[in-house]
Amino acid sequence: MSRSRAVVYPYIPNSVPQVKQQMLEAVGAESTDDFYEDVPESLRLRKPLDLPPPLLSEYALKRHVEGILSKNKTCGEYLSFLGAGCYQHHVPAVCDEINQRGEFLTAYAGEPYDDHGRFQALFEYASMMGELLNMDVVNVPTYDGYQAAATSIRMAARITGRGEALVPDTICPGKLSKLRDYCQPAVEIKLVDHERQTGNLDLEDLKAKVSGRTAAVYIENPAYLGFIETHGGEVSSIAHESGAQFVGSVDPMSLGVLTPPADYGADIVCGDLQPLGMHMQFGGGQAGFIATRDEERYVMEYPSRLFGIAPTRVDGEYGFGDVAYERTSFAVREEGKEWVGTAAALWGITAGVYLALMGPQGLAEIGEGIMLRSRYAVQQMSKLEGVQAPVFQGPHFQEFVVGFEGTGKTVEEINHGLLVRGILGGKDLSKEFPELGNCALYCVTEVHTKADIDRLVEALGEVVS
Amino acid sequence: MEDITRHRYEEGKPRLRRFHQARWDEPIIFELSRQGQRGILVPEVEDEIRDQVGDAMASLPDYMCRKQPPGLPELSQPQVLRHYVRLSQENLGTDVNIDVGQGTCTMKYSPKINDALARAPKVADLHPLQDEDTVQGVLEIMYRFEQILKEISGLDRFSLQPGAGSAAIYTNVSVIRAYHAKRGEGERRDEIITTIFSHPSNAACAKTAGYKVITLYPDEDGYPDLEALKVAVSERTAGLLITNPEDTGIFNPRIEEFVNVVHEAGGLCSYDQANANGVLGITRAGEAGFDMCHFNLHKTFSSPHGCGGPAVGATGVAQELAGFLPVPVVDFDGQRYHLNYELPDSVGKIGPFYGVVPVVVKAYAWAMSMGAEGLREVAEIAVLNNNYLLQKMLEIPGVCAPYARGKRRIEQVRYSWEELGRETGVHSEEIGLRAADFGVHYWTSHHPFVVPEPCTLEPTESYSRDELDEYAAILAHVAREARSDPELVKTAPHNSTVHTIDPTPLDDPDQWATTWRAYKRKVQQHEE
Amino acid sequence: MGKKRLGLIVNPVAGIGGRVGLKGSDGAEIQRKALELGAVPRSNERAKEALAVLSPIAGDVELITYPAEMGEDVARECGLEPRVVGRIESGQTTAEDTRRAARAVEELKVDLLAFVGGDGTARDIYEAVGGDVPALGIPAGVKIHSAVFATSPATAGELVVSYLGGRVSRLREAEVMDVDEDAFRRGVLSARLYGYLRVPFRRSLVQSLKTASSPMEEASQSAIAAEIVGRMERGCLYILGPGTTTRAIASHLGLTKTLLGVDVVRDGEIVAADVGESELLELLRGAQARIIVTPIGGQGFILGRGNQQISPDVIRQVGKENTIVVSTSEKIHSLRGQALLVDTGDRGVDEMLCGYVRVVTGYAEEILYRVSCSGKT
Repeated sequence: MSRSRAVVYPYIPNSVPQVKQQMLEAVGAESTDDFYEDVPESLRLRKPLDLPPPLLSEYALKRHVEGILSKNKTCGEYLSFLGAGCYQHHVPAVCDEINQRGEFLTAYAGEPYDDHGRFQALFEYASMMGELLNMDVVNVPTYDGYQAAATSIRMAARITGRGEALVPDTICPGKLSKLRDYCQPAVEIKLVDHERQTGNLDLEDLKAKVSGRTAAVYIENPAYLGFIETHGGEVSSIAHESGAQFVGSVDPMSLGVLTPPADYGADIVCGDLQPLGMHMQFGGGQAGFIATRDEERYVMEYPSRLFGIAPTRVDGEYGFGDVAYERTSFAVREEGKEWVGTAAALWGITAGVYLALMGPQGLAEIGEGIMLRSRYAVQQMSKLEGVQAPVFQGPHFQEFVVGFEGTGKTVEEINHGLLVRGILGGKDLSKEFPELGNCALYCVTEVHTKADIDRLVEALGEVVS
Repeated sequence: MEDITRHRYEEGKPRLRRFHQARWDEPIIFELSRQGQRGILVPEVEDEIRDQVGDAMASLPDYMCRKQPPGLPELSQPQVLRHYVRLSQENLGTDVNIDVGQGTCTMKYSPKINDALARAPKVADLHPLQDEDTVQGVLEIMYRFEQILKEISGLDRFSLQPGAGSAAIYTNVSVIRAYHAKRGEGERRDEIITTIFSHPSNAACAKTAGYKVITLYPDEDGYPDLEALKVAVSERTAGLLITNPEDTGIFNPRIEEFVNVVHEAGGLCSYDQANANGVLGITRAGEAGFDMCHFNLHKTFSSPHGCGGPAVGATGVAQELAGFLPVPVVDFDGQRYHLNYELPDSVGKIGPFYGVVPVVVKAYAWAMSMGAEGLREVAEIAVLNNNYLLQKMLEIPGVCAPYARGKRRIEQVRYSWEELGRETGVHSEEIGLRAADFGVHYWTSHHPFVVPEPCTLEPTESYSRDELDEYAAILAHVAREARSDPELVKTAPHNSTVHTIDPTPLDDPDQWATTWRAYKRKVQQHEE
Repeated sequence: MGKKRLGLIVNPVAGIGGRVGLKGSDGAEIQRKALELGAVPRSNERAKEALAVLSPIAGDVELITYPAEMGEDVARECGLEPRVVGRIESGQTTAEDTRRAARAVEELKVDLLAFVGGDGTARDIYEAVGGDVPALGIPAGVKIHSAVFATSPATAGELVVSYLGGRVSRLREAEVMDVDEDAFRRGVLSARLYGYLRVPFRRSLVQSLKTASSPMEEASQSAIAAEIVGRMERGCLYILGPGTTTRAIASHLGLTKTLLGVDVVRDGEIVAADVGESELLELLRGAQARIIVTPIGGQGFILGRGNQQISPDVIRQVGKENTIVVSTSEKIHSLRGQALLVDTGDRGVDEMLCGYVRVVTGYAEEILYRVSCSGKT
């Protein structure tokens, strides 16, 4: 029933009662109830939903939401050393400017004509990532790095026709649970041991476990626990010798200074784009990328869209469209190629803007700077009594595991002590990796000054003593 | 003095716009690169750190040090800005056009205030692993929004983690799988049932999860066929995934019976509520007996589409399935909000953190600005707008709305241009591209085209009567052109950003290129 | 790159029967009667509608056709300058003229052979030149069982333009079916599957961000084949009906199947090829068996048209629960919501088969679809 409502909603132009009435008359309806003729009476709600009263004025809404959000304290208000998949980097103002523009923000699924800008922006993103990764095919982004890893493994399974994937046991347990759930019907995930000293994949254990059933050997570089895998070339050989695909997950921010996995044999490369121009947003800025060589058998296995450049009927005009839109199945097993849908396109465009601003020099400088700062932090922290930094020997990028066993305090206690001093300490790893004891994952990026690091060390010194 | 405004009208009605889309003929960003230019400078490392640490790369094996810098373009900052602003102008988003043509996408207005709220540092600068005491605000919003979804759906527990509709459907399928596995029936129950007019992701996600998919075709009136369902269920049935109203805009009046049939066979029922915009406050998943459902926050709940994400597919379940949801969920003990990872049978994590939280903030703000009456008004006006547009569309000769003839629709309609096509040889896509010459576009349908020459329009509640009139007038005009000047329509668009694209290279492995470097390489190879 | 060549053959007597209630217009006797009754040939109208769509590309295409009412007249009426080959007796053309025209035009290496007519015309074309030259039917006849026709003259014209212009490059094998007129006049309705022509078809030119494409028909057939082969049991006989999808099942096993006939497979080998009803009944003695059929022709018949060897007795012997229907979803969608049809000639068996059936449409993919009995064409 349509009682005349007192409210005319700013977002609903036709909620003006006279307009609504005229439109009802125009379609010959008594009331909007007529339109719900197919909804059976037993399913009709006859009283309003029990929801909080509306905040009709924009001011009231703003005040309400900001009031709740004011209970948060941000990393701008603390000094944070948290990482573990979500990184605090400087987001250039131009990145925010572009991804806030209404034309990008509110576009969706138009054609390569009326949404040409979106296609070009995403093609350019893929092209820049291609340069970064040294690969010729890059997808339109998927949800996050977890999904990218899971899909990469299933792609490897489709390509090889095999059903097992080998994954380091130093992988983040959350990611492992995603891989297991997602790969479940097609691929069994098996863990490979790590070397205690460096954390790197134990090559002997890998050789023992790889077989004719292995679809993929997967490593992360840098690893979840921060160390850099220095035997990537050997992992690649071992994988290839038994006909498996080598899948490498990588932090794109590190590729200004680190060799991209394609150069040491990776067939499929994946990872998360968040560091490239996305604010942390409580973990809401993630996006996944997948890249391969430009070979038909790989291209045919992407579940996502791939945008390609094409000519138009005007010479020199660039058009875009879907590459291999009709993909025949090259797979030996006829399982479906997952699905295609909305994911994280705007973050892809943003990553393109970021890479364009940074350029090769910017990425090299930021990468080197991060490694210097994190190394400095490690050195200073290791001077503290009872603190082991880093727990894993060997090179790291921006994160490293710090051991606190020698202090007699738990990471929870230490982080609490840091918190009252205005510092967010590294992620507590004790539950995820009990064999490491009381350890935390610290992250140092280009946002940390020497003074920041010194302040951390000093505070830690107070807390652990 | 001349009244220049009068030329805009003919016999009191507005003429069609003389639209032209922005056309910058913009090169690919690599072509703008000039060696040495910098777009932004990075913070310098203090000398003391350099002195102490020495060579940062020393500990790396040589092969791990990047030798060849990445071939990224080198531009100065204003050039990057100008390039991307130009590209942004070459799109038709809801902020720009009468976006009623993208059926099933619910292209409603995304209020700017919500974008501003979600952009604030109090959301943007939060790390997901911060001590919970420091993020009570954002946890509170997530919790409160869950309560809103519970009331709207009639279900008991929600996860906001899935990254869009398809991810939510997959999560629901995962829950179905875990539920049957726990009861020892996982092996036996290997079939999932869906319908041809449900979103294709229902079938695709079920298949990805390892199920055999049984798709039901509609009866002659276009309603999901209950008799077919009865034949389809067996002791192998794990569940039913169904969208309602379906993509044709038709509500299944026997939805409760569908649920009962599947429940009797021991399966679970999941309600794809991607098309919820027309039924908010009118009907709920809970009363119809569904065990789970999902909503697209970037559709019904107004979060902007972002060219294809980021987004959230919020998935909800009945109490007995709550233990299977992905972790963490947000709990409240009366004093404090808390991330709960202890769900006994959880399917695990979907992603690294908690989903796209800024989208949740926008959705929350939108729902709070509307309230119960407002949500109902959203549904009623969306449906009124759709039936109004339906009437105008049916006045165009050559168009029909197959199925459920003579009946009303809910929030969208799938039309067919088949009759026009038979007469003129003009296809639906071509009509859509000619419409772009007037500043609008439309979407045809999912593949394959069950409805021939389809076009799916969903007005939502965000467009005015005048805008709906303009949209219908554009399509009527193009339909006339299809008869009088079919070549003009077949070679459209003429006033868009680019001209007719030649797709031949896109299917040829020797010519396709998804990156600039691949393109340059192949061009060079061809020239040799 | 020279001009594209389009062959055009018009069957001037097609479609006469329809207006005057006759079921077919093949056979000189019928034609005479039809003309006596004052029927007006419709082929020309339909041909003109199709050719009108061609005019924008007239300059880029060489049109090759037969004299007078077999193509030349209508081409000139549309303002086109055709190249005319062959000779006819105007006013007395027969099926043999159609066949000769097809051969003549094919010898000139046309890129596409368009013909105006009905099932009979399609059959004549097929018998003359087989399935090598791409062909497309412009509908003008009464009865259309074949799947080689476009939905209307205008869409046929548009498809010709797209194909010759290189914008549509896909060809699919489509059935050439024809009702057996003599049997019909005896009161027995039966159809024959004559063969397959390769027909251009148009897939969507414009893509969608949100959704995947559906697989190409060959990929679907290959997926169906994988599913069916995956289910095959040792020692069980599999009776494979005619069709390209059942052929794909055989190919998956590395076997070459009789395209138009019924083959029997067991344990990955062909046990009997191109069998008739009696051979099937003999093989079925004491054996476990399954029937695999696919819709034949444009009307969606799964039994009773083109596969009569799988007779009511055979079906009864094997059982409904052992009868598997396979089909690509494209084929199902071409039915436009019409049910699949059975017409075995035995009412009891027909009714047994009616209702809902699971149709295998891919790997781990099935649909529920209606099957209905039909006593009529």
